[in-house]
Amino acid sequence: MGLLLLLAVLDGLAYAGQLFMVAVGLTLVFGVLKILNVAHGSLFAIGAYVAATLIGWFGAEELSLLALAIAALAVGALFGPAIERGLLARIYDKEHVLQLLVTFALFMILEDLQKLLWGVQPRFEDAPVRLLGQVEVGGIFYTAYQLLLLPGVALVALLLLVWFLRRTLLGRSIVAVTHDREAAVAIGIDARFVYLSTFTIGAGLAALGGALAAPTTSLVPGVGVQMIVLSFAVVATAGLGQIEGAAVTALLIGLARSLAVYFAPELEVVVPYLLMVAVLLVRPAGLFGRRELRRV
Amino acid sequence: MAHRLLVAAAAALLLLLATAQPWLRFVLTIALSTGLAVLGIMMLLRAGQVSFGHALYVAAGAYTVAFLRPHSGEALFLVLAGAVVATGIGLLVGLFVTRYRDIFFGMLNLAFSMVAWSLLEKLYALTRGTDGIRVARPEVAGLALEGPAYEWALLLLALALALTSGGLVARYLRTPAGEALGAVKTRETRLEFAGISARRVLLQAYLVSAFLAGVGGAIAALATLHVTPLLAYWTHSGELVFVAILGGTGHVLGPFLGAVVFELVRVYAAASFPDAWQMILGLVLLGIILAATRGLVGLVDDLLARFGRRA
Repeated sequence: MGLLLLLAVLDGLAYAGQLFMVAVGLTLVFGVLKILNVAHGSLFAIGAYVAATLIGWFGAEELSLLALAIAALAVGALFGPAIERGLLARIYDKEHVLQLLVTFALFMILEDLQKLLWGVQPRFEDAPVRLLGQVEVGGIFYTAYQLLLLPGVALVALLLLVWFLRRTLLGRSIVAVTHDREAAVAIGIDARFVYLSTFTIGAGLAALGGALAAPTTSLVPGVGVQMIVLSFAVVATAGLGQIEGAAVTALLIGLARSLAVYFAPELEVVVPYLLMVAVLLVRPAGLFGRRELRRV
Repeated sequence: MAHRLLVAAAAALLLLLATAQPWLRFVLTIALSTGLAVLGIMMLLRAGQVSFGHALYVAAGAYTVAFLRPHSGEALFLVLAGAVVATGIGLLVGLFVTRYRDIFFGMLNLAFSMVAWSLLEKLYALTRGTDGIRVARPEVAGLALEGPAYEWALLLLALALALTSGGLVARYLRTPAGEALGAVKTRETRLEFAGISARRVLLQAYLVSAFLAGVGGAIAALATLHVTPLLAYWTHSGELVFVAILGGTGHVLGPFLGAVVFELVRVYAAASFPDAWQMILGLVLLGIILAATRGLVGLVDDLLARFGRRA
């Protein structure tokens, strides 16, 4: 029982790390662009596929971690600007419903793009997991990759992101645009560039989440689909645009989910949503969200 | 008046197509069932609210048919039962979600449909999981029909339901409660100042939308004679919103026009490009949103206006 609980907590930590990487990008992009990007999960999946492909190309186990980093950077740098400039920039003045649907259309397109590029056969590349070996915690052997690297990278990403938003010029411009776009533009902030960089960072984080997830699971079409709905749940539960909130909530949902896996497997998929419904019932703007004043 | 003629022409064309190409009967029945669900989505869109979870009600209608089929052999009763169950669930969920707007409204609907999806998938003893449940072919209005006759009966039933619901919803949209939906979208606070409860207006529309989705789901179950948890999956909900935008929200004909075009594009694209039909649908959707915001109905209206000026 105690051992099972420990195992569940370790699983939960590893899963929360992945979930956070995806959810934080989603919430950051929403905070600035005010668009909920349904295709965010596809960037996660593409990051994963590119990482698996690179690991295969590099061959040597020692280089496999490098492959993960390159995959995340490449996908973020390529897809981020292409999607923001090519598509989203055209729809900022449209209704929210239409914006949501544009990203849904993009999601459909990217899902098939994955099938065309990588086929429908499952792919499994676990070189990074083998490279880092196992560690022992309280009598349980657990892969160092999932126990240390995943939560570690998530934590570093969180700290870097908070530092970036609070302490750098671009980061503070992003925060300014989030709070009041018109005022920010009036004092000379280039909103266009802020949008572009925010979306690219968000895309990169999703791809990094995917790249990190790639070695722990076999990749099949639709891996991004599950991830996106879960990160919706994280983002809504935390409150829209809340970065530290997303971290806490990802941890909460990650742990709740893995506890369910061990102790009530039928509920595995349901738990995050039940948590979300329960939270929103009590706090309609999410755990960390602030209620917006109604503008008459 | 022009629209009424258009509806009659569309219905006639549909029957003509079904006569000319027998395999289209099934496709068109499915399209009409989708259209019914989308009609409800359209009402919510009028209020500026997009539900990413209405597949829940489609699945509720479909699974009700599957669960009740061993106990009843009458299609009309099964459709009614499906609609009632969907409306009941709609009331429970609706009382909660109509307190929220925009993204939260969309996400909560999504959450409930995902809960339903995973229950349908995991409660194997009851739902047979991903295998789904086979539905034995029922009688229609007391007649035991075979093959083509059953397909015709179902198509006509779907068409009759589509025409009736379309007419009723068009009427509803012109009543004070229907007009208030538009006000929820533009200035909800002013609606409240006028003494109308925005939540109540939205809940009414939500119940109607759950009812219509239930009817659509029941018809779909009777046409495919097989139900699976995928009916409740969020991508299916997304498709319903897709069709609503494709058809346009300006007129009740929109959802059905959108659904027929959607199903035809899907059938042809899936046959010619099995791995890329989603991509084609996505591109069509992008084109519609970027080029013709008012959907197919908007295009038809523009054509009619041009035609009217010339005449």
